[in-house]
Amino acid sequence: MTAGVGGGTTPELPVGGAMRVMGAETEYGIHAPSAPGANATMMSARVVQAYAHVTRQRAAGGAEARWDYTDEEPLHDARGWSQNRDSAHPSQLTDQPPVLDAEAVALAYGRPDLELDGQDESGSMLMNMVLGNGARLYVDHAHPEYSSPEVTNPRDALTWDAAGDLVALACVRRLAEDPELPPINLYKNNTDNKSVSYGSHENYLMPRSVPFSNIVAGLTPFFVTRQIMCGAGRVGRGQDNSTPGYQISQRADFFEAEVGLETTIRRPIINTRDEPHATAEKYRRLHVIIGDANLSETANYLKFGTTAMVLSLIEAGRAPVLEVHEPVATLQAVSHDTELSGTLRLIDGRRVSALDIQWMYHRAASELAWETGVADPLHGDGHTHAVLEQWAATLTALESSRDTASSSVEWLAKLSLLEGYRQRDGLAWDDARLGLVDLQWSDIRPEKGLYHRMLARDRMRRIVDPAAISRAVLEPPVDTRAFFRGRSISRFGKDVVGASWDSVIFDVPGHSRLQRVPTREPLRGTEALLGDLFARHTETEPFLAELLGK
Amino acid sequence: MAGQEQQQPQSHQNQVDEDLPEAPPTVPEAQASAATAGVDDLLDEIDGVLESNAEEFVRAFVQKGGQ
Repeated sequence: MTAGVGGGTTPELPVGGAMRVMGAETEYGIHAPSAPGANATMMSARVVQAYAHVTRQRAAGGAEARWDYTDEEPLHDARGWSQNRDSAHPSQLTDQPPVLDAEAVALAYGRPDLELDGQDESGSMLMNMVLGNGARLYVDHAHPEYSSPEVTNPRDALTWDAAGDLVALACVRRLAEDPELPPINLYKNNTDNKSVSYGSHENYLMPRSVPFSNIVAGLTPFFVTRQIMCGAGRVGRGQDNSTPGYQISQRADFFEAEVGLETTIRRPIINTRDEPHATAEKYRRLHVIIGDANLSETANYLKFGTTAMVLSLIEAGRAPVLEVHEPVATLQAVSHDTELSGTLRLIDGRRVSALDIQWMYHRAASELAWETGVADPLHGDGHTHAVLEQWAATLTALESSRDTASSSVEWLAKLSLLEGYRQRDGLAWDDARLGLVDLQWSDIRPEKGLYHRMLARDRMRRIVDPAAISRAVLEPPVDTRAFFRGRSISRFGKDVVGASWDSVIFDVPGHSRLQRVPTREPLRGTEALLGDLFARHTETEPFLAELLGK
Repeated sequence: MAGQEQQQPQSHQNQVDEDLPEAPPTVPEAQASAATAGVDDLLDEIDGVLESNAEEFVRAFVQKGGQ
């Protein structure tokens, strides 16, 4: 059974382009305007709980222990060692179920600000859910987090990440219906502008054979400059917003190291957390923490598509050879240069612009993708050609036509709105209304969120059919193990007692032992391999018996 | 010669302006004013959507640490 589910040989994706197993994690900002100071962890638990009420999916992950933590290894470092538990920051210990009882809340905050009326039978708050679309919805520290299911391409990454915004919206709506509770707002952003940041992470599967030092060298110049296409824009400079102004990235000012294991302190440009959530001898999961949470579909699409292609360059030994002088300071300088007029110093003495660096990566990625054939519009992999086109179109627009670029580049779209206010009302950058525009840009409610208002007026470009995003709220991707996870929950949820990225645990009536089905190969458990099996069974026991070959 | 060629359309332009003082705006101007109107329209809509007390709302948005 170690081979996982589905039988036969393990499928492979075309190499050299934008296809790769990947996924997104979004921590939402959370705020109850009528209950300032409300406990954020409690509110986050209410959000998760609200979704359980919406879906009545109580079976999988009905309480915090139901996430299967067996394979969580947050202190494993990709450079080949593990951090000592005693020296780790408490927030790094993500392999333990979070504890949230009334006593802990009282100790930390004096009193629970929200009623604990949503406990399950065991008396504990719902902190974790595995969803029928294969995603995980849970409380991460003091934020609700949606981790998308594994997908194979940037278009699906965008689709299932946007589905998470609809999941979050369903929670907000549900909570707003309860007259006993203060309404809770969720924001898809990355900072409160008061020195706190929270992340939106990307995950990419890579062969373990690629030396980590190559990943660091190949990715750093790319990550320092990727923000000119993917930044979400931020009013204010400095972690604490001490300098008035505007910048390209939500996250840049919160990065303090080049390489490291932490994600909440001394944040590094390259994160070394080494939890593959898959066969560890074959794969590493590259955990990217530097990105902004994106509402712009183009920005999100390019974030996943271009990064996947740069990883293909690194795997092929074809990444552009360049080294940025002082990457952390340069990352921030690029973010602050909204005119895109500055140059970066390279170690070899050259001075180049952020756009130049992106073009170097584009050129190299294009050459590799045409050589391997994946870029061919007719006979390629169906994704790489579109990523290359969009990548080039965005860089060209940034160079020549900001008006064109602002319908897809999120930081420019937000800036155009802010400039409209500045011109009409003569507002300085430290005016609270501009701060509010920045914050409310990311409100996930279509009637309140300013991104959504721009989208409704066709001022932001769509990439994916909204109907496909709605379907992705309920349906898993068909071409990864998320299909098995999601379908198991939507079909046999009453008998699923736990799940994680690489397992689903069944408790079959009449069986004394739990049955843990490992899913350590991300490209198995797909509809192609298991669709017929799911179609043949409506009961858990015969389904499992056939699956496990009994 | 080159100078003359440049002079010619300019004087022609002046003449047109004098003859037709109330000529409709050129196409680029029309687009620009439409765009400006679009922005004004957008800002008006967003005025109605923005939370009411900006200063207080922004100040109260305090988050605990995240990843």
